[in-house]
Amino acid sequence: MAVFEHDVLVIGAGLAGMRAALAAQDAGANVGMISKVHPVRSHSNAAQGGINAALNEDDSWEEHAFDTIKGSDYLADQDSVEVLCQEAGAELIRLERMGVIFNRDETGHLGTRRFGGATKARTYFVGDITGQAILHVMYEQLLKAEARGQSPFRLYEEWFVTSLISDGERCLGALALEIRTGELHAILAKGTIIATGGFGRVYEPSTNALICTGDGMSAAWRIGAPLMDMEMVQHHPTTLKGSGVLITEGARGEGAYLLNSEGERFMKTYAPNAMELASRDVVSRAEQTEINEGRGIDGCVLLDMRHLDPQLIQERLWQIREIGIDFADVDIVKEPIPIRPGCHYAMGGIKTDVNGATPVSRLYAAGEAACVSVHGGNRLGANSLLDTVIFGRRSGAHASESGRSEKAPSIPDSVIEEERKRLQAILDRPKNGDRVAQIRLDLGVSMDRNVAVFRAAEGLEEERGIVAQMKERYAKAPVEDKGKVFNTDLLFHLELGYVLDCAEAIVLGAIERKESRGAQFRLDYPKRDDANWLKHIMLSYSPEGVRMDYAPVTITQWPPQERTY
Amino acid sequence: MQVNLKVRRFDPAGDGDARYQSYSVDMPENATVLDALIQVREYVDGSLSLRCSCRSAICGSCAMRVNHRARLACKTKVTEVAEREGDEIVVEPMGNMPVIKDLVTDMEVHWSKVRQITPWLQPTGPEPEREYLVSNEAMLDLSHTMNCIMCGACVSDCTVLEVDTKFIGPAALAKAYRFGGDPRESRDPAAHVQKDRLQYLSDVPGGIWDCTRCNMCVEVCPKDVRPMDRIMQLREMAGEAGVKGSIGYRHGGAFANSVRRLGRLDEARLLPDSVGFWNVPRLLSEVPGALRLLRAGKLPWSHAMPWHKPIPGIKHVRRIVDQVRKERKASSS
Repeated sequence: MAVFEHDVLVIGAGLAGMRAALAAQDAGANVGMISKVHPVRSHSNAAQGGINAALNEDDSWEEHAFDTIKGSDYLADQDSVEVLCQEAGAELIRLERMGVIFNRDETGHLGTRRFGGATKARTYFVGDITGQAILHVMYEQLLKAEARGQSPFRLYEEWFVTSLISDGERCLGALALEIRTGELHAILAKGTIIATGGFGRVYEPSTNALICTGDGMSAAWRIGAPLMDMEMVQHHPTTLKGSGVLITEGARGEGAYLLNSEGERFMKTYAPNAMELASRDVVSRAEQTEINEGRGIDGCVLLDMRHLDPQLIQERLWQIREIGIDFADVDIVKEPIPIRPGCHYAMGGIKTDVNGATPVSRLYAAGEAACVSVHGGNRLGANSLLDTVIFGRRSGAHASESGRSEKAPSIPDSVIEEERKRLQAILDRPKNGDRVAQIRLDLGVSMDRNVAVFRAAEGLEEERGIVAQMKERYAKAPVEDKGKVFNTDLLFHLELGYVLDCAEAIVLGAIERKESRGAQFRLDYPKRDDANWLKHIMLSYSPEGVRMDYAPVTITQWPPQERTY
Repeated sequence: MQVNLKVRRFDPAGDGDARYQSYSVDMPENATVLDALIQVREYVDGSLSLRCSCRSAICGSCAMRVNHRARLACKTKVTEVAEREGDEIVVEPMGNMPVIKDLVTDMEVHWSKVRQITPWLQPTGPEPEREYLVSNEAMLDLSHTMNCIMCGACVSDCTVLEVDTKFIGPAALAKAYRFGGDPRESRDPAAHVQKDRLQYLSDVPGGIWDCTRCNMCVEVCPKDVRPMDRIMQLREMAGEAGVKGSIGYRHGGAFANSVRRLGRLDEARLLPDSVGFWNVPRLLSEVPGALRLLRAGKLPWSHAMPWHKPIPGIKHVRRIVDQVRKERKASSS
């Protein structure tokens, strides 16, 4: 048991977290960074297709902003989107100078590919491993800053945050388990940045890695930070049959077709202009409609790349070719690959402003864990990597700046002791025949049935009951491993607690929003209703129950219009 | 399908000994070794520890030894291993690293070597207004190395690391190529960036010349990074950049010269040609080893003697060697 102190504490070491840590170091802050996995294991790795910026001569940040806002079904805050798109170009160039090996055109300049929902080709990429290529470079930059001793830095690698520390008004840091020893420690900070990514494991199947359990969203929620737009869960149109592994939108960007069981490019019915490159919510709904109306194959439709040049596949889509061979026994060069819409991304999250600040003092959030909101009801492909670096940097800079005037926090020892007792009580629970894995599976499967592409009151109410039941089972669920060292059994238990909080917020938001917008499609309210629902839903936790508030959507220069592709 | 696993367990709180535990789980036909391990952990034995995350060979968490060879558990189909190598699948932690618990190893060995190679791009001179102008071919070449997910499989099974803990190892050296081979890294002779990098990798104990070309890293790499090939590229780049002082570089030259002169290896001259004729302490230090080789019959007496005749038709060998050298000189200038 020890207490550590920093100016800025970053929780999560994916792209948003590492970018925040670098920005805080640049500002001279003493930075601590906690991650439950080594930084290069983070889920930013899985972003395949690219990162958006309006850098080409025929493009402008305004067009990028408009595409993003239209993609969001007008739920994004337009002032935030303006920041995202205005700063995109400079940040992209910064990444290139750090060493990212972006694809080039014939002249040696950065080259682009087309992506869904975008009127211009503005997606910069490294084959189909863009996230991995940027994540590893960001880690290199962190090592560089560390080696040069630019400011004190400590990485708490393979530490697991069990809760945030709050004095009722302010966030003072986090309590965390050192996974290797099983010891609990306190890490205090003048500013704490949540960069823990999404909650994809609420659903089964999901494109998300097993670590994506909404830890930071839930932990922030428990100390009073509101969660916003939680009902907006993106279902990606091309996830692999079975495991739900992601097949990049870059495939369609390079020209892949979507086919139904009759061999038809069915998108012509749903999005005659953009076809396969409509917004993700539109494509996912089209696929699900085809499947529901009997034109699917075994619960899937087909992604066809046979007409693409094998050389192009080898140079730009090598990873998904390998994924197809390894996980679906399909070589995309020779055969179409079966795919279906699957849980992929949280547009919602911890409510923040453009500096990452949440309504809770000294608490910040960035990346998928945050809701600025720039994605609104539906995120455009290749805007997520952009979101992580822009708002990661801004939150890191802002947290170190505003922390300067703050006094270093302190806490009584009893805070750590009480948390230790809480964890011990979980470890001491008797066996009762139930298993954490079973609860998570039951929850995930029901979420996939009731709160996916199409939703309706009946299923949503059923899911509300299921989540409550799962919470009851969870409160009694035992941990089998009683050891201290690398007790992953205990970690899964704690993760399920986070997952259940996120599930509750998703379902409450989905029940509340009685309209169809972006990723939320209500069969019982099939129209967008700007008169009543052009607003964000914010949920706040309190011991007495969840409080619901609304926040207006900021409109600057793009009034809501009918949305077709 | 019933899957039988024999898993090496190690409990640091126990008596200090590892033991093997067998599990049998029912899995779908297309299950991976990782799926089976997760099934065990979630429904049979919660005390089993392993690292895993993405399930799709992207995050690099689940490298371990499956049937005594390092692989990503998530990329290894149960049926493939079981069909080829027998019904029971043996799962063990990676080698060349201490075990923390069960299948979880302490990878600091690996990360410390990554830190050792100055793992970041070092451009010099004025920054361009926008991006650096480079060819797509150069970026595609580097993308093979950027495909590395730092899973540690090559580190686990590296036969040099097994006997020499100083060896920087395949993954970190491949990463060094990713910078040394990047046209954006300064090649301005005055800035010395590339040459310094190659000089360091040549001179440091455990550097590029210590790879024995056993090919193990190429075989076990789940992402086709081919670390050994990257190490060979670094050796060539070192020579081209004028980093020629190392024993390793001279050893290569001595080999080629011997073949050109005799049409075969002249073992008696190889050592002095590599370490230098006047490097008496080093030459003497090799004598006991040479004697052991002679005694064991691994070095025939006739080879150890410094008088040899060229093989018949040596002029053809010389013509080939000279032609290759000429072409390489032309292509590098």
